[in-house]
Amino acid sequence: MDKSTFDQRRVINGPMHHSVRHDSAHKHVTGSADYIDDMPEPAGTLHGALGMTDRAHAEIIEMDLSAVRAAPGVVCVLTARDMPYSNDISPSHMDDEPVLADGVVQFHGQPAFAVIAETRDIARRAARLARITYRDLPHITDAQQAIDAGGTLVTPPLTLKRGQPDDALADAPRRLRGQMRIGGQDHFYLEGHIAMAIPGEDDDVTVWSSTQHPSEVQHMVSHVLGVASNAVTVQVRRMGGGFGGKETQSNQFAALAAVAAKKLNRAVKFRPDRDEDMTATGKRHDFLVDYDVGFDDDGRIHAVIANYAARCGYSSDLSGPVTDRALFHADNAYFYPHVRLTSQPLKTNTVSNTAFRGFGGPQGMVGAERMIEEIAYALGRDPLDIRKANFYGEAGSKRDLTPYHQRVEDNIIGKLVAELEETSDYQARRAAILAFNASSSVIRKGIALTPVKFGISFTATWYNQAGALVHIYQDGSVHLNHGGTEMGQGLNIKIAQVLAEAFQIDIDRIKITATTTGKVPNTSATAASSGSDLNGMAACDAARQIKERLVAFAVERWSVAADTVQFIAHHVKVGDELIPFDAFIKAAYLARVQLSAAGFYKTPKIHWDRAAGQGTPFYYFSYGAAVSEVSIDTLTGEYMVERTDILHDVGHSLNPAIDIGQVEGAFVQGMGWLTTEELWWDAKGRLRTHAPSTYKIPVASDRPKIFNVKLAEWSQNKEPTIGRSKAVGEPPFMLPISVLEALSMAVASVADYRHCPRLDTPATPERILMAVERLRAHA
Amino acid sequence: MTDTKAALRFILNDADVVIEALSPTATLLDYLRLERRLTGTKEGCAEGDCGACTVLIGRLHNGQLRYETVNACIRFVGSLQATHVVTVEHLSPREGTLHPVQQAMVDYHGSQCGFCTPGFIMSLYGLWLSNEAPGRAEIERALQGNLCRCTGYEPIIRAAEAIAASRPDALFDPLLSLRTDITNRLTALDQRETIRIGRPDHCLMVPGTVDDLATILDEHPEATVVAGSTDVGLWVTKQMRALNPLVFINNLSELQRISHSEDGITLGAGVTYATAFETLSQGYPALRNLLNRLGGEQVRSMGTIGGNIANGSPIGDTPPALIALGASITLRSAHGRRTMLLEDFFIDYGKQDRAKNEFVESIFVPVLEPDARFAVYKISKRRDEDISALCGAFHLVLRDNIVTSIRIAFGGMAATPKRAPSVEAALIGQRWTQDTINAALNAFAEDYQPLSDWRASAEYRLLTARNLLTRFYLESLGHDVQLRRFAEVAHG
Repeated sequence: MDKSTFDQRRVINGPMHHSVRHDSAHKHVTGSADYIDDMPEPAGTLHGALGMTDRAHAEIIEMDLSAVRAAPGVVCVLTARDMPYSNDISPSHMDDEPVLADGVVQFHGQPAFAVIAETRDIARRAARLARITYRDLPHITDAQQAIDAGGTLVTPPLTLKRGQPDDALADAPRRLRGQMRIGGQDHFYLEGHIAMAIPGEDDDVTVWSSTQHPSEVQHMVSHVLGVASNAVTVQVRRMGGGFGGKETQSNQFAALAAVAAKKLNRAVKFRPDRDEDMTATGKRHDFLVDYDVGFDDDGRIHAVIANYAARCGYSSDLSGPVTDRALFHADNAYFYPHVRLTSQPLKTNTVSNTAFRGFGGPQGMVGAERMIEEIAYALGRDPLDIRKANFYGEAGSKRDLTPYHQRVEDNIIGKLVAELEETSDYQARRAAILAFNASSSVIRKGIALTPVKFGISFTATWYNQAGALVHIYQDGSVHLNHGGTEMGQGLNIKIAQVLAEAFQIDIDRIKITATTTGKVPNTSATAASSGSDLNGMAACDAARQIKERLVAFAVERWSVAADTVQFIAHHVKVGDELIPFDAFIKAAYLARVQLSAAGFYKTPKIHWDRAAGQGTPFYYFSYGAAVSEVSIDTLTGEYMVERTDILHDVGHSLNPAIDIGQVEGAFVQGMGWLTTEELWWDAKGRLRTHAPSTYKIPVASDRPKIFNVKLAEWSQNKEPTIGRSKAVGEPPFMLPISVLEALSMAVASVADYRHCPRLDTPATPERILMAVERLRAHA
Repeated sequence: MTDTKAALRFILNDADVVIEALSPTATLLDYLRLERRLTGTKEGCAEGDCGACTVLIGRLHNGQLRYETVNACIRFVGSLQATHVVTVEHLSPREGTLHPVQQAMVDYHGSQCGFCTPGFIMSLYGLWLSNEAPGRAEIERALQGNLCRCTGYEPIIRAAEAIAASRPDALFDPLLSLRTDITNRLTALDQRETIRIGRPDHCLMVPGTVDDLATILDEHPEATVVAGSTDVGLWVTKQMRALNPLVFINNLSELQRISHSEDGITLGAGVTYATAFETLSQGYPALRNLLNRLGGEQVRSMGTIGGNIANGSPIGDTPPALIALGASITLRSAHGRRTMLLEDFFIDYGKQDRAKNEFVESIFVPVLEPDARFAVYKISKRRDEDISALCGAFHLVLRDNIVTSIRIAFGGMAATPKRAPSVEAALIGQRWTQDTINAALNAFAEDYQPLSDWRASAEYRLLTARNLLTRFYLESLGHDVQLRRFAEVAHG
């Protein structure tokens, strides 16, 4: 913080809406921020390793683990039968996700046993000594194969329908059908999965888990052990990245560590190697989108019918809500007068796919933007014109209804896009690019402006609740605990800002401690961008309760009216008297005022009837838009992102620096998903891109060469969220669709923009070059 | 053989370390985290690709102390004799004070989850030590080996630029202020004796001279020779191979010599990529682009040119260029030396013309003919810090627009780095025209039948190889047909 803003202590350090730096920043840079693997281990700690299978689909005829057990330093080997109560950790409670494979292997690499040894190195080496005999079964690795084989689903599909899509399609002046493949994505959190379980008395066990969802880890551990939830305490101080990959995928490691810890009465740590982590844990779903869009010569959409088929892997996990959310975003910012959207959550013999930033929304949106592109190339128009022609109208305009029958009441996409179009000089740059392409043979350029409208709330309505626990100690220092988890997104600092603002004290008087199920129970996953919305309000509620008691105390003690008691910059003003906050708290303590409160919040308004496909699943929408300019080499397919301009809506930002960091980071991560990050399975069903040597996330030199990121400072959340802010975690992940579309334009130039290049993703150099070749054949 | 010592000595931050018992395959990262409880250095991938474990290693080069970033996860403790290992904990020894590099990362919001951050700090610190005013290209180059999944890199780059813009008082820096002291301590550790730690059947050896190396290999043909460990490191961390004995050669100064003659340049096999290319790009400027895209900074300061050849990979980045340049290599054993053209060294996948008791001693690169054109093109899924899908090198001599000599070599197109005899035959003696190029393109299919894998399909590899000949032709006409992130390519 800039100390000059203190203004002689009449303001506090770190209120809401200020760019306060991350609370752990000084620890990050010195290496003193502790992640679970950095914590001192209890004496006698043992280490676990996964025993992985090497078939995509097979019966296990025999598992000879004698050599594993005999390896010096091995303490025990766990199989499915060693799970004390249950071998299932299905987060959807469909009983389809074993901790350890039992009799059948359902994906290549699925763990079938676990080794517990004196050191991690011993455990890993011993895990390779197993001799497993299999009887191979036919395996299916991708969505098309799954459809061809009859399309077994892992969870019931969803249909969203409005109007008469079949008739409207038939009647539309023009109509286009197509198919798009959208690749998956590995989270590549820099800190891999890890859990350390420490046994306690009776049934008790404490698990340190790198998880976004401590309550679910608690429930899963208690379920596998067959003990009550109150015997299991789950703690997480921070994660080295999550991105959805630690929403359900932490369960397995926590359960195995806890089972071993209770069995052996020693602390047990599980930390898979990067390759094991990437092989054995779920990823973003890949999709196969079939679309049929009817439109007119002005580019206005009349009707859309689309099917979103997803590679879900072998179990349901979160595939139901993920594929639902794909449909919820298959409109992006566009009004479809008649529409039918269906999901097809397909079972495959691959690792079970899971949550990942955007949670299906990005795939839905990429499909929507493909349809816009198709229309634009068919009509010979700038795709931006087609976008504008199809934006949702103002509330009450009769063009404000989503395919799930929720009205868009806070629409700002028109204003946002108009502003960005101007500030990015889009029109002039597009004209210059068209001229450049007309005279350049090998290097071609492209530019695209794409919008984002993203629905905020868990579609599982009951998840939209949160708790917080706030203590003020006698010296006036504040202890904050809430149900959210810190994975780098700056949640803790934002919640601390909320309390600093509420009590009018400096933020460094507030200590944020590790999230623990023992302090705030029944928490929701820190996911769906909801962390600060939910936990901020819960903390605010706790502060309100304490403040009410403090005001009542002041009224009684100083015989003043309640409205003369105010919390102002390090003080409480009581009548005309200004009492330092710490002294006031001491007085309140001596007067036996309860200085602790549990706050609670539930999101109002929302409801969702899945069977009917109708409701108000989202409290509000977040908006954004990006313009990206790229160059491609038509001899090799190589490309570069020359410039990106972003204007993004976070309402009244709680912390602009943190929010801009989220936007920049999400953009580059989303760009990786759409460009270089490729999941590649071989004929045996083995994932072959399972480490950074083969799976390529962006590096510094991949980010846009010019990168202008701005928040829409004029925006306020229409709903009474914390400080009128909006969620930020996921929405900007979809801004790099502009990169994909700019690449597409550069490719389209080789056939004079008369054909939609239909780039599948990830748009690797290979896909770019092959699309260039395909279009050249048309030219 | 010269005398044998049974202890390894190096400096860790400010402490002198003597190691007398050690698993031959112990990695520096495990040593730091498990033995020394220096947990600031993180494990992100254990294969040298993410940079979360970046530390600095200082050593004397001709008496000059130089610090380089390395990946601790694939660096073996056995390779640390006479080095100064610097971890993130060393940067801000006093409670509450941050090094300027750390302070800039805090001020510019350069960390989010923080797990990659110590690695970035060390890479930025390495840059800070070696370059007072780096530009954007140099900053990005210094960070090629560090992955961040949270920030999108932008605030990290801003921090790096701020560090460069206002260079604070270097006196407080622990490495700059103790330079003389460290130099003296390392000089005292300089060794000419062979170090051997462990039982004869389970040991590591650090030969003091090249003669000792030859003797050791003659006695232990089963030994694994480790130079930069950018490949062997993964045999241990990923494949968990039992390697025995390990012979570390990275401090053999005799293998790091570079000598120039009228005919060309001779590089010792132990010359790192970074140093090799510094030298080679003087005489062969096209190699500079390849250097900028070979691994990240950490890999470039660890990996050696001899290792890149000796491991026989079909996708190593240096062999295609060296083959096109007509390079030859010298193999050495206790029984003598032999020299061969590099292209003859590669026999088949995993098979090279090297006896078990031989090692690559040096590489000779002939000087370019005055009128020659030479280019090398690397194609990969991600532009930086990626393994080649294919890599092609072209070396052309024209007289009166007639092709008098052409050498074309590719990696990633066959089981070994391989020349393109049919394409060359279609070009030699012909006029250097588009028609000639077009006529030669079909010959690629005779020379190469590439595989499909996760890096690229066979179809893409073949098509792109053909197109690279077209690119080479267009560039020979003076057309600028390559994408460049920066107009000026930074020099390492």
